[in-house]
Amino acid sequence: MIPAQFDYERPASLAEACQALAEDDEAKVLAGGQSLLPLLRLRLAYPSKLVDVGRLDELKGVHDRGDHVFIGAMATHDEVMRSPAVTSGCPLVAMATSHVADPAIRHRGTFGGSLAHSDPAGDLPAVVLALDGVFVARSAQGEREIPAAEFFVDYLESSLAQGEILAGVKIPKLGDGWGFHYEKFHRTAQAWAIVGVAAAVRRSNGAITEARIGLTNMGPTPLRARATEAALRGVELGDAVRQACEQAAEDTSPPSDLHAQPDYRRHLARVLTHRAVRTAAGSP
Amino acid sequence: MTVQEVGQPRRRKEDARLLTGRTQWTDNLTRPGLLHVMFLRSPMAHARIASVDVSAARGLPGVVAAFSGQDFAAEQGSLPCAWPVTEDIVIPDHPPMAVDEVRYVGEAVACVVATDRYRAADALDAIEVEYEPLPAVVDMNQALAPDSPKVHEAGNKAFNVTITSGDVEAAFRDAPVVIDRTYVQQRLIPSAMEPRAVMADTDGESFTVWSSTQIPHVLRVMLAVVTGIPEHRIRVIAPDVGGGFGSKLQVTAEEVLCLLLARRLGKPVKWTESRSEGNLTVHHGRDQIQHVRLAADADGRIRGLQVDLLADMGAYLMLVTPGIPMLGAQMFNAIYKMDAYQFGCTGVFTTKMPTDAYRGAGRPEATFAIERVMDELAAELGMDPVEVRRRNWIKHEEFPYTTISGLTYDSGNYEAATEKALALFGYDKLRAEQADRRDRGDPVQLGIGVSTFTEMCGLAPSRMLGEANYGAGGWEHASVRMLPTGKVEVITGTSPHGQGHVTSWSQIVSDALGVPFDDVTVLHGDTAIAHKGMDTYGSRSLVIGGVAVVKACDKVKEKARRLAAHLMECSPDDLEFAAGAFKVRGTEQQRTIQELAYAAFTAHDLPEGVEARLDSDATFDPDNYSFPHGTHLCAAEVDTETGMVKIRSYVAVDDVGTVINPLIVEGQVQGGIAQGIAQALFEEAVYDADGNLLTTTMADYLLPSAADLPNFTLDRTQTPATSNPLGVKGVGEAGTIASTPAVVNAIVDALRPYGIHDIRMPCTPERVWRALEGVRR
Repeated sequence: MIPAQFDYERPASLAEACQALAEDDEAKVLAGGQSLLPLLRLRLAYPSKLVDVGRLDELKGVHDRGDHVFIGAMATHDEVMRSPAVTSGCPLVAMATSHVADPAIRHRGTFGGSLAHSDPAGDLPAVVLALDGVFVARSAQGEREIPAAEFFVDYLESSLAQGEILAGVKIPKLGDGWGFHYEKFHRTAQAWAIVGVAAAVRRSNGAITEARIGLTNMGPTPLRARATEAALRGVELGDAVRQACEQAAEDTSPPSDLHAQPDYRRHLARVLTHRAVRTAAGSP
Repeated sequence: MTVQEVGQPRRRKEDARLLTGRTQWTDNLTRPGLLHVMFLRSPMAHARIASVDVSAARGLPGVVAAFSGQDFAAEQGSLPCAWPVTEDIVIPDHPPMAVDEVRYVGEAVACVVATDRYRAADALDAIEVEYEPLPAVVDMNQALAPDSPKVHEAGNKAFNVTITSGDVEAAFRDAPVVIDRTYVQQRLIPSAMEPRAVMADTDGESFTVWSSTQIPHVLRVMLAVVTGIPEHRIRVIAPDVGGGFGSKLQVTAEEVLCLLLARRLGKPVKWTESRSEGNLTVHHGRDQIQHVRLAADADGRIRGLQVDLLADMGAYLMLVTPGIPMLGAQMFNAIYKMDAYQFGCTGVFTTKMPTDAYRGAGRPEATFAIERVMDELAAELGMDPVEVRRRNWIKHEEFPYTTISGLTYDSGNYEAATEKALALFGYDKLRAEQADRRDRGDPVQLGIGVSTFTEMCGLAPSRMLGEANYGAGGWEHASVRMLPTGKVEVITGTSPHGQGHVTSWSQIVSDALGVPFDDVTVLHGDTAIAHKGMDTYGSRSLVIGGVAVVKACDKVKEKARRLAAHLMECSPDDLEFAAGAFKVRGTEQQRTIQELAYAAFTAHDLPEGVEARLDSDATFDPDNYSFPHGTHLCAAEVDTETGMVKIRSYVAVDDVGTVINPLIVEGQVQGGIAQGIAQALFEEAVYDADGNLLTTTMADYLLPSAADLPNFTLDRTQTPATSNPLGVKGVGEAGTIASTPAVVNAIVDALRPYGIHDIRMPCTPERVWRALEGVRR
């Protein structure tokens, strides 16, 4: 890897890291490096400085905090998918994380890094959006909480300001009766999702009482399939679910690339949403 | 007592070193004062170069030199094409660094030499190139249109060939069935695990070039021819080489330029490509449009076959570019008998990276077309695809058999391989499940694909290469030396880059000389050590190089016999050789080969005419190609809602003749099948209409990993080749040749009830879905 020249700083505390970023508009945070290093390698990014937060204990770990699970930004994908707090408190996160790239990348890549990168083709943004996660950002000015619905601004763009670092994400625990599924559609195991669907479905007495659906790679940001969510409310399993899922691609603007055209992605969103919801509804 | 080594699944001698990182990849090597080279590459598919200004780059820290193509115009020569397939072929000048015009994205236009790679890369940004854009020529059919912009002044047609055997017109006239199809062999990027790398150094008089190459011997000759540096002053070393698949069967711009830079600067230089640079500038593979017509009787018997190819040469003709489609010229008829055959091929220039050898080289393309068309014939007649093949293939009792295209297949048993494969596969049961799914209207349909392939390999009989106007012979060389302590040193002219020659050659020598497997070492890949060789490609190494080793062992034994007879005072005819010793018949008197090696070393008492040291050289040149064959069966599930294809099971029964090491053979077949499946489902080099390569990273150019492939069920039949004393046929390419049509046939078989008779490769979910959408409307 032959990147362009950059300065490198490894601050001893999160406060120092925020300071280093605030001082330099062209500085970038280096976490697990699984998104940033490819950009450097291809010389698609020319940061003046990398602020390495890899050794900051304040960003590490996964914590069960009663009504939510707090996942530190520097928790690796592998830690997240194996964490008992995650597998019991927010199993959808564990399920989706196990689909991220390959084992080598999951040992390096981080939960926070992947979300802060805000790639709509990444698996985690749609999941956190579906679960109404809350992003916790730190800066010299203190701490700020950003609801997932406001975090993803545009393609590769989050609402984090320069000088702000993602400290972690609160994933609210859902109560009883919820089932989950992440349906990832990709051509090879290591490839990005052409389309992904994260579904959380609550059932009561055979009917769906609530559904939350996050869509991966169906627009410049992760999206919620709001029309389908609304149509699923109160619906019995069966044909009505299929009909509700026919609306999954509404208000999406899927990209066109080598792997798929927009009309095919819309079709996939409908089929995969149906599969994800059906599977999620089948689990207790 | 010694066990017979040939046939044992020996673990590879190479692996402990390779797996523990004690390797010598070219990029790991260094020299005192080593400088690093990087190339500035054209971002334009086609343009006149108005100016190149390297002066700003020269002034940057750490930069030792920077040059444009013009700076080397007088000495860089033209990259060679060694296979002018016709008398009137157009072979354009191919400067290693472009001087006046660039003709594909990635073509080198300037270079920087610096003290490290970071500074070299930074300096590339400081080079100013002014391009005057010319129109890109991307599509072969458009390239041949009269009003097409020209890639070269002489036009866009490189060559045209037509070969006819039998009365084609009669075969098609009044034929009850004619199948007429056009298939596209997409362009592929051979993705060897080790990227290319070159290092060159000089002592002021002679030059050494280290390169991640398959062909150190050919490269040495060609570097001398291209640069004018006398051949005896060039030494080429292929250190550990991490895969090639044909992509390192090449004489590259970078090899020539590193040598010339070492000469100009008087210093060692090295270049290592990045993966993206490799995707742009390692020669590509395949890229043909195949128009195939097959005439048959109502009972499925083939009357005639007519093939018309457009073969994309890319922008230039490289080492064997035009020969690749010609390697398929005699293979479209495959294992089938027919009355008439016609092969036509037009080589077309486009403003894209040149194509050249890629695993199978011409034969996968041919096999794909015929095996796809055989399935179409079966469907047309409502016949089982295995049955239609059975009615047409050469029966085992008919060998040797001279085919309609003029090759003589020495041996084979298609019936045996097919019966074994069908049983392992559970063919009838899967057909029943397929029928059931069709009846139920299951959204996941099942398809079964057959490929009863053969190939010609063991490249090649020199006489036949001469007839094909290839620029070299196809012999191979080996030396076998008994060392004074009884150990054996083998020098082979083959150049392994993952095939395990060290292990297989050791097994061969162990049996031939009766010495322990561990007592044999094999040297290769250095023109100063292996002074003769034709290197490794075309599944030739064992079939020719391995046989050369046997021949050299025979000569060593003959010399040892004369020495043993002399020492034991008997006639050579009284000696029998077994278990590594010459024994006087009917006595206990014997001399081991090790004792004789020592006696030959001391030379105290040699018979007249026997020279000191027990060693010998041999060269083997076969009379014929070899013809591995086999039957591959694939069951694929096609999700008709999403278009996703999942391979459920895959059975391959290969006949590669005698097997030296079953573990290595299995590895070759596994990897080969995976690479063929990759063409069917995943890989495609995509250029846009302006000639930009869109698949420059592995995020865009999809290579499957183990997670994307099923377990393969492998078995073999063994019909020894009669064209060489080992009975071997070669196995390097078989899996790749066989598997692509097996997979696509399975997919099309699943979709046939919908009225779909083809999916273009790679059969992506989107393409399958669109085909279904097309018929649903």
